[in-house]
Amino acid sequence: MNFSTTAHKRCEVLKTSGRIDSSTAPELEAAIKAIMDAGKHNIIFDMKEVNFLSSAGWWVLIGTQKECKKFGRGEVVLARVDKTIRDSLRLVGMEEYFKIFDDVTTAVGSF
Amino acid sequence: MATEIFPGRLESLEKIGEFVQQVARSACFNDRDVYAVELAVDEACTNIIEHAYHGEGVGDIVCECDVEQDGLKVVLLDQAPPFDPNSLSGLDASQPDISQPIEKLKSRGLGLFLMRKMMDVVKFDKSPEGNNRLTMIKRRK
Repeated sequence: MNFSTTAHKRCEVLKTSGRIDSSTAPELEAAIKAIMDAGKHNIIFDMKEVNFLSSAGWWVLIGTQKECKKFGRGEVVLARVDKTIRDSLRLVGMEEYFKIFDDVTTAVGSF
Repeated sequence: MATEIFPGRLESLEKIGEFVQQVARSACFNDRDVYAVELAVDEACTNIIEHAYHGEGVGDIVCECDVEQDGLKVVLLDQAPPFDPNSLSGLDASQPDISQPIEKLKSRGLGLFLMRKMMDVVKFDKSPEGNNRLTMIKRRK
């Protein structure tokens, strides 16, 4: 998977594309860890080009949320989530653990 | 009926997903239901590799898709030792623990719950040849 990160004053935007399943979730985990290791815990995951997210991917995001919220140092939010992915998140009750924004600009402004 | 055999490796998940997606589209499912089928099959295959075969490259996964009048039937077969989905430690397939603060969430255990949420029928048994057989049906709404 290819990842790109864009630094903003108060947050970092992480973007990738394609399919996040048990095979590729470790790559997402590593990309997020690199951001957190740099001391940044306000993270926007831009999912515009992510077309599939299995529970392995959700657990990476849940783990990230736990880490980011530790000591109140930050938060991970999601942006531009595909409708079918969002439906499945809602169906299993995972949606409430994340703020979800329709666009990246609003997400950046939330920090 | 369309049948494909995939190596029991996590990197097969994408190809398995493409295969069931193609069949679900040919069965005229809408985007949401195509995604539901793909997600359920992905979770099922991950469970087969991680919990039945206990690793990658141990055995194959046979995927049979059958478009029926009222929906799509997906059958997954593996040659792992008998697999009791309810035996997974800490996993309650009917009631995953996701209604609590995020700090207390325990990772994993969502796969079966998801499969049951996404599909109308999820049934584990043995095939006549003695393989583990998972049958999942998505009915056309």
